[in-house]
Amino acid sequence: MSVGDVFFLVAAVVALVGAVWTIASQSPIRSALGLLTTIVGIAALFLRLNAQFLAAIQLIVYAGAVVVLFVFVIMLLGPDAGAVSKRPARARGSRVASAALVFVLAVLLVVSLVGAQPSPTKFRAVSPEYGSVEAVGQLLFSRGLVPFELSTALLIVAAIGAIAVARARHTPKRVKAGESPTRRLFHGPLHPRDAGRPLPKEGLL
Amino acid sequence: MIPIGNVIEHYVLLASVIFVLGAVGFLVRRNALVQLMSVELMLNAVNLALVAFNRQHSSDMNGQMVSFFVIAVAAAEAAVGLAIVLSFYRLKSSVFSDEADSLRH
Repeated sequence: MSVGDVFFLVAAVVALVGAVWTIASQSPIRSALGLLTTIVGIAALFLRLNAQFLAAIQLIVYAGAVVVLFVFVIMLLGPDAGAVSKRPARARGSRVASAALVFVLAVLLVVSLVGAQPSPTKFRAVSPEYGSVEAVGQLLFSRGLVPFELSTALLIVAAIGAIAVARARHTPKRVKAGESPTRRLFHGPLHPRDAGRPLPKEGLL
Repeated sequence: MIPIGNVIEHYVLLASVIFVLGAVGFLVRRNALVQLMSVELMLNAVNLALVAFNRQHSSDMNGQMVSFFVIAVAAAEAAVGLAIVLSFYRLKSSVFSDEADSLRH
């Protein structure tokens, strides 16, 4: 086994263990850590596939932004985030659907392992520029320019929408009317003679 | 001797296993946060398959470009989804998706 084989095996096992950890652990913070593990494993697989730029983007966007966002929300919710539901589980349909999915996956795995060719075609060698920042960036700014700009619009709309949805609803507060130095400064009597007199009523101003 | 990690079959198998794990997590778990994380798992699996197929047909890099856009959409989806979870928690004091049943009756 070469170094690349060991690298693939380690990264694949890390990604799989992280995925199982994500969906199986009771506490959401552990699920977030499992998601982080999967993301790091998949970033390593991207490196094995000569996609250096995407590996970096994967680490920056997922590990740096998405997982941190999850952790922030879990911290904001506090112990309620990991509470155990008091309702009895009723969703039989989704359990049946997930069992069917696992069955289909198992059948596919068996079929593909039994029918595997003894010598499948290997990846061909690629030039060192393949998957580099320069090459992918050139593609993004030539053929993918319109979707790239649209994705920037999508991100800004999503950020504003997230703020609008998550913001607490405040009832508008009444401005307290009364004696205040600011009110006296801007609306009070101008002459020093009137300094001791009460301020005029609200409606007069 | 089959080379490990140098043929597309291994990547597609791994991506399908991770995708099914994400789908099962989304269907079985009731915690909305964990369900969102399962969606992220599925998106990651699809990205892995895209990049692997692109490596197989390596004359261009369109697969990596599409994978980049998938990552951007996933980030936006996570932000909006978590905002909805927060808003739902403010309404019901819970993060369980089976308590969002106001339209049920």
